[in-house]
Amino acid sequence: MSTTPQALTRQDIAKVGLLARLALSEADLERMTLELSKIVDFVSMLGELDTADVAPLAHPLDTQNVFRDDVPVASLSTAEALQSSPRHDGECFLVPAVLGESGAA
Amino acid sequence: MSHAPYATIIGLEVHVQMMTRTKLFCGCSTKFGSPPNTQVCPTCLGLPGSLPVMNRQALDLALRAAVALECQIAPFTKWDRKNYFYPDLPKGYQISQFDLPFSSNGMLEVVDPKGALEPCRVGIIRVHLEEDAGKSMHDEAAGTGDTRIDLNRAGTPLCEIVTQPDLRSPQDARTWLNELKLLLDYLGVSDCNMQEGSLRVDANINLHIPVPAAGGAADRVAKTPIVEIKNMNSFRSVERALTYEAARQWEDWQATKAEMGKTPKQTRGWDDAAGVTRAQRHKEESSDYRYFPEPDLVPVTVSAEHLAKVRDSMGEPPVQLRKTLAATWKISPYDADVLINQGRDLVDYYEELARKLGDGKVASNWMQQDVLRILNETNGIIQSFPVRPAGLADLIGRVVKGDFDTSRGREILAKMIISGRPVDEVVASLGIAAVSDDDVMALCRELLAANPKIVADVKSGKEQAAAGLIGQAKKKNPNVNPGKVRAVCIDLIRGMDSRQAER
Amino acid sequence: MQPLELSAVDLVAALRQGDISAVQCATVFLDRIAATNGAINAFLAVDREGSLQRAADIDARRKAGKPLGALAGLPIALKDVLCTTDMPTTCASKMLAGFRPPYDADVVRRLRQADAVFVGKTNMDEFAMGGSNENSAFGPVRNPWDLSRAPGGSSGGSAACVAADMAPVAIGSDTGGSIRQPAGLCGITGLKPTYGRVSRRGLIAFASSLDQIGPMARSAADCALIMETIAGHDPGDSTSLSVDVPRYSELLDKPLAGVRIGRVPEHYAEGLDPEVAKGVEEAFAVLKAAGATVHDVHLPHARYGIPTYYLIAPCEASSNLARYDGAHYGHRCKDLGQAGRGAGSAGGGCESPLVEMYCRSRAEGFGPEVKRRIMLGTYALSAGYYDAYYAKALRVRRLIRQDYLDAFQTVDLIGGPVSATPAFKLGEKTDDPLAMYLVDLYTVGTNLAGVGGISFPCGFTKSGLPIGFQLQAPPLAEPLLLQAADRFQRLTDWHRRRPKSLEAKA
Repeated sequence: MSTTPQALTRQDIAKVGLLARLALSEADLERMTLELSKIVDFVSMLGELDTADVAPLAHPLDTQNVFRDDVPVASLSTAEALQSSPRHDGECFLVPAVLGESGAA
Repeated sequence: MSHAPYATIIGLEVHVQMMTRTKLFCGCSTKFGSPPNTQVCPTCLGLPGSLPVMNRQALDLALRAAVALECQIAPFTKWDRKNYFYPDLPKGYQISQFDLPFSSNGMLEVVDPKGALEPCRVGIIRVHLEEDAGKSMHDEAAGTGDTRIDLNRAGTPLCEIVTQPDLRSPQDARTWLNELKLLLDYLGVSDCNMQEGSLRVDANINLHIPVPAAGGAADRVAKTPIVEIKNMNSFRSVERALTYEAARQWEDWQATKAEMGKTPKQTRGWDDAAGVTRAQRHKEESSDYRYFPEPDLVPVTVSAEHLAKVRDSMGEPPVQLRKTLAATWKISPYDADVLINQGRDLVDYYEELARKLGDGKVASNWMQQDVLRILNETNGIIQSFPVRPAGLADLIGRVVKGDFDTSRGREILAKMIISGRPVDEVVASLGIAAVSDDDVMALCRELLAANPKIVADVKSGKEQAAAGLIGQAKKKNPNVNPGKVRAVCIDLIRGMDSRQAER
Repeated sequence: MQPLELSAVDLVAALRQGDISAVQCATVFLDRIAATNGAINAFLAVDREGSLQRAADIDARRKAGKPLGALAGLPIALKDVLCTTDMPTTCASKMLAGFRPPYDADVVRRLRQADAVFVGKTNMDEFAMGGSNENSAFGPVRNPWDLSRAPGGSSGGSAACVAADMAPVAIGSDTGGSIRQPAGLCGITGLKPTYGRVSRRGLIAFASSLDQIGPMARSAADCALIMETIAGHDPGDSTSLSVDVPRYSELLDKPLAGVRIGRVPEHYAEGLDPEVAKGVEEAFAVLKAAGATVHDVHLPHARYGIPTYYLIAPCEASSNLARYDGAHYGHRCKDLGQAGRGAGSAGGGCESPLVEMYCRSRAEGFGPEVKRRIMLGTYALSAGYYDAYYAKALRVRRLIRQDYLDAFQTVDLIGGPVSATPAFKLGEKTDDPLAMYLVDLYTVGTNLAGVGGISFPCGFTKSGLPIGFQLQAPPLAEPLLLQAADRFQRLTDWHRRRPKSLEAKA
């Protein structure tokens, strides 16, 4: 599978920025577009290799079937759970209002 | 066949919580209804450095469900990350299954026990295992502009069941969901409680509309854009929502002739109070979940031995059990259906009752007319019904034998329920004593002597007149079996000669 | 006795024998930290009070004849990527400034149980992303051998801390070379174990299929001692190996006769500093003289290591760092309602307050390198690009792993440089991200293949900078790695040298 060198556009970067939930200033967008284009170009050299018959290696281990028993274990206290939360009300984490539909389709 | 101007095509996506004690990837409890954020740990909170470890029981329950749904079980399965940002998803990704779900290609059929309707066969595309998200609570009333997040539910094991679009009516959808719920209850996989969120349904629906062609060309089928409906909180809502949406799409079609493929798939939320579906806010960007293999979990292989063990642990599914029950206990398919639909615990009770009584039909009658009635009246469940099968069998046996009539029997049962005491004690406490045959005979002679007119009526062929003796008999001795009295009196009257009757 | 000059092995013995108390020992190192950290910035947090308390407790228990752990009283520094309940854990990022985890990493738990004394958390490249420790939100670390130079990264603080005698042992983490490369640039010994040998629970994840925790110290013998405590199966880490832990210390003193060491011709391309090349050759000569044989082996896909790594690691990182969104912990931006002012999106800034919170919190909390990698990873995983980038990299990874497995059919170890150059100047590579990525040239293969690697000093440049040598081994061959390095260190004394620049300042 060949990977032709991609010249990433500013629009590509802006789109990725939103997907990654990173606010990017104009200067950021400018710089990122250049830097990422270079990097993507560099990593595209993998396209030189014919890997049609090679399976992906997601884990360096050969292990399978690691489980735990369905036995309850002590949980954190609510205080511990909330201790690092930027905003909470003693019971729940607080975030800006989420209106309408849930996150996942 | 229907003469509707369109066919309704429905597919369902069901999320079912597995009935494990702990979450899918950590040892936190899955108990429902606890105070917020009391069943959380670094793993389900998504704290930095936390890692998941798979719950063996969750996989086994999921396997059970998939086997019962006649799915093919993948010998090798893996886990994937579904990446998106939402406050009820603390890691910023959900551990789920993408391209290699542990099962696929199954089927669940619903058969009408009365045989009046066609069986409804619904194909199952896939069943996979994933973790649940937490809960977002938006307090409109407080008006603070905050959403409260409770992560107790985050990490609960879910089976996602995706059907083929094989359902053809909202009623079918509801019936099918009931059958699914029954099945999963029988398997001990899930309690499928929509109110508690252990079963959630999204539906996909569109219409296929035959469009007659002009000028000799072939007719074709126009398909309306598929709509996904969310936020249905009960099976009844599912039926109502689908009914509404089908009608809405039909109106829309007539107005716009918009077909599938030309507009993007829409998501609409069901508003149960208003009885309508509403288009949901258009998302900023279409979801790109960037699935990739979960590096923190190793793959799972399901061996033939393991699968055999799962099958062995399963027991019969409802569709099989209906037939078995009817055949074993010689009851009608209708009766079997009524009992099966109450769930496995009630069926277990029934079978023990029938076994002890030696009569499935009588047992079934008492179950339906008495036990179920009482359970409905008291909102109780069979597990806590105070009279156990042995005690009930004892009581019913005596009614059948003729020790008391049915209404007396009900009285005794009611007292047994309240007191928790067995038949003998209740009978004694109610002052019911068995009436000997001699006593019955003596009582009947008394009655006949006191009621010459009734005797004469019966003699002249009006046997129903004997009923007038029953009230008197009961007054003299409340413990007497009215049926017996009636029979004995009629016998006596028949045996009398005219001289005795006239005396 | 000078605790600063003792090896960890000897210190532990001295403590056990009562030649020095735990309090005395901790005090010496804490004073050393106080005197030198200003110049080096190796530590982000120093727990003077806590460690002295702990040391006092150990002394009391020892006096009372109570049993003590194997490392009782040994001061240890922890890379700030490891969760500790009693000290902040920041990953050198503003995103986690002041963050206190409610749980200890498994390695931390084990070391605590062994009665080690944690003197503090060391500086690092932010979220372990970097090769020079210049990506820290709390200032760079300076190389104790030359304060104008970088110590390497991302475990730069841990490496510098050991090199400057601020602690006898430090724990680091290695995803693409982050233990071995800074060890090489700082003249100390660092071990990256086989993937799965040490639990990752409580290690703040950068790239989950590549990360490993390992010891950094002055010698292989010291690393062996620490490995006995930190290695082992953890049921809380699904990728943790269920294999017994050898008594590494007892396996050290073995001759090298019969050990076959591979030399990879592809390593000696242009770009390799001539003094480094010379140091490496001399190291091979020492090993040969010790009885090993050296053979050419090829790692045909070695040159694809960097692009493969710089796809897999950022992809996994982009997902691992999604949890830092200001919602449940970490930095959250203030004053929402600024959406539209460059909150960067194709939609032109009409996001909800929630999305604004995410975007701004993350933009404020993460440094430029972290953002770069998140963007790269997100892009490479996104719809339409997955096959060409991430999936492709996973396939090449298998080729790279196969190269190693093939090579290990004919040799027992692979030797070579750990870094193409000695320590470079601060600021030298920061303008060009790609140039910085290339510092991992010799080390990424080890992580991609999941095998173990150790680096230790094999010489010095004319200007007095350490030169590092690396050995890589088949899976679970840590004993052999440690034996070979230990044998080398019995025959040479590079590892005993100390930077002079600090003596003048101390």
